[in-house]
Amino acid sequence: MALLQISEPGESPAPHQRRLAVGIDLGTTHSLVAAVRSSVPEVLPDEQGRMLVPSAVYYEATDRPLVGVDALAQQAAHPLDTLVSIKRFMGRSHAEAAASDVPYVFVPDGQSVRIQTTHASVSPVEVAARILDKLKFLAEGTLGDSLVGAVITVPAYFDDAQRQATRDAARLAGLNVLRLLNEPTAAAIAYGLDHKSEGVYAVYDLGGGTFDLSLLRLTRGVFEVIATGGDTRLGGDDFDALIVAYFTRTLCLNGLSPASRRAMLSAARSLREGLTDRSDHTVNVTLEGVTLALSLTRQAFEAMASALIERTLDCARLALKDASLSVKDINGVVMVGGATRMPIVRQSVGAFFGSEPLIDLNPDEVVALGAALQANLLAGNRNPGEDWLLLDVTPLTLGLETMGGLVEHIIPRNSTIPVARAQEFTTFKDGQTALAVHVVQGERDLVADCRSLARFELRGIPPMVAGAAKIRVTFQVDADGLLSVTARELASGVEASVTVKPSYGLSDEEVARMLTEGLKLADYDARMRMLKEQQVDAQQLIESVRAALSTDADLLSAADQTRIAQQLQSTELAASGEDVEKIRLAIKALSDATDDFAAKRMDRSIRAALTGKSLDAL
Amino acid sequence: MNATDHFTLLGLPRAFSVDPQVLEAAWKRVATAVHPDRFAAGSAAEKRVALQWSTQANEAWRILKDPLARARYLCELSGVDLQTETNTAMAPGFLMQQMEWHEALEELASHPNPDSYRALTKQFDEARNGYVQTLTDLFERQQFDQAAARVREWMFLDKLITQLKQTNGVTADL
Repeated sequence: MALLQISEPGESPAPHQRRLAVGIDLGTTHSLVAAVRSSVPEVLPDEQGRMLVPSAVYYEATDRPLVGVDALAQQAAHPLDTLVSIKRFMGRSHAEAAASDVPYVFVPDGQSVRIQTTHASVSPVEVAARILDKLKFLAEGTLGDSLVGAVITVPAYFDDAQRQATRDAARLAGLNVLRLLNEPTAAAIAYGLDHKSEGVYAVYDLGGGTFDLSLLRLTRGVFEVIATGGDTRLGGDDFDALIVAYFTRTLCLNGLSPASRRAMLSAARSLREGLTDRSDHTVNVTLEGVTLALSLTRQAFEAMASALIERTLDCARLALKDASLSVKDINGVVMVGGATRMPIVRQSVGAFFGSEPLIDLNPDEVVALGAALQANLLAGNRNPGEDWLLLDVTPLTLGLETMGGLVEHIIPRNSTIPVARAQEFTTFKDGQTALAVHVVQGERDLVADCRSLARFELRGIPPMVAGAAKIRVTFQVDADGLLSVTARELASGVEASVTVKPSYGLSDEEVARMLTEGLKLADYDARMRMLKEQQVDAQQLIESVRAALSTDADLLSAADQTRIAQQLQSTELAASGEDVEKIRLAIKALSDATDDFAAKRMDRSIRAALTGKSLDAL
Repeated sequence: MNATDHFTLLGLPRAFSVDPQVLEAAWKRVATAVHPDRFAAGSAAEKRVALQWSTQANEAWRILKDPLARARYLCELSGVDLQTETNTAMAPGFLMQQMEWHEALEELASHPNPDSYRALTKQFDEARNGYVQTLTDLFERQQFDQAAARVREWMFLDKLITQLKQTNGVTADL
């Protein structure tokens, strides 16, 4: 990656060089990887030509875990060692995981959770990393080179902890995350670019485990998310659970073993999928050696399902209200997720919006296709004249705990990101020298009803009378929807900050350790490739620093110029050697030394761009 | 970074009256130029600077698109302190009106009634439009102190409008 090159916004610094980037839909039931090839996004099939990789990982005694179809094949025999629907536990606590209906053995791990298999204890992040690793391998095999990065999709309604967990999983799999992209937004990109649509669209995304409803306005290449809502614990799995509950009740099947319970859930899914094209369906299931025939009519299923569908429509009502829009303002509804194949879902959604839902792109693939288009754009591969911009929003309100366990809302939901908001607080006792900051996410007024994201303390406030200190707490949400919080006492300048993740995510040290362990196992070829990559990176950086110095040296003091010249020399020296670690450190030192310079140049370039454009507009 | 006001950033004249479509187009133009997606392959420094500009562009859009927030911002820019915490002096006529509205709202909360809901909505809308008219004029004549007094009244009205909307939620659920 060239560190100091400033190109025209949206254009690759080196247009002749194609940079491979993929879109990944990390789904509850299955995952996909897609890439833009010859200007068209397509899902990359695995060795056997299959598009969907089941989001399943089987942990065996010794060998590397199996992922995908091979893992799923072990499910019946090893229900506790074959982990599926792991997305439901990303960034979740032990209490939340244990309350779910899956048969795994959950153990608490700080504020997060681990799953105990027969031979190993794994975190949801590690399991997701295995799936991502498989997709990366598949993509690099198909595309024939290593990836510069990936766009990974998440449900729009994912909270900060779930987003952090997803990004950690990607880092663990060695993927450079170009952007976390909301699934409905990805779907809108795939549809919008395909249909050249304009207007307001609703994206109804009913996946295996999550439901999202987003409203987007498409105008002249800008995809603006105007409201988003949903339920992170409502999906196709819940419809299956209803079917299982129905048969458990009618056939008196209480006290099933984990294996039987898993078999029932699989049977329920086959039944539900079968009812898509038939008015009644029968599936055989073997429980503890006894085979039962489970029969269900579509009518009976739809009677059970209507309450769940009504919950999805409630989310739609709220999103419309947030956007101050009514159903008649909606130009079309895009259907996403395998569960939207259910005829009752299509009918209900069609009736609610008063228009036939759009289903011409495969609902399983549309998210990955949109992610691939975005990845291609972000990697700088866009074709001339092909350009668009996403303006996304925060899904949930972010706030702070104040006196009495109440929440002070700082950034309301559906704020366009990136966004920063500050609020001033004061001390409550005379001589108070520290302030505890508790960051929460959610719509409710009581802290106890919201999700706790992080706690940190601002210390070293000079002693003053109560109410005299002025403490500004700033929330910043970046373009990935990730939050960082800083607190600063204005008189003394004392500062404390936190990137919100300690409660759930992996620390940087943990990721570094896991990556180093992986590297030790890497073979000779991989090490040589890494050396070559580092040498190229170093060379590119040196060249771009030189180019920057030749045009913008006036931004630097003489001392800074000398310092940068020294770093240039030592980086050149390191790059001529074969010590990967030495080159990496030299690159980092040169980047650090030129960081401020790069920021100043960027600022100058943006100012020039904006001034030029507004003059044109006048 | 951060040396410009919201109007300058979006390339618009500093004025209360603004065409919503022109405003939206101006925001999208700037947001497009500075969005971090434009610099996804860039260095940490570039991404950081893009994040700052992009955040300010979105803040400018949030403030300027809302007439009340825009009016408050214009007062701030012209150096007039709104004194929202300290100055509670209101014209007697406004105080009377406000008390009547409060009573009407309480009545509506305890006895939901679509007709009185509509009537009150209409009154609030008219009052709000009145402020937009008056402030357009005051800002044009650069009478910022008088503008600040009207803005304070409007802030009270705005709270009442919010309360009325919540009442509507109750009525809709019935």
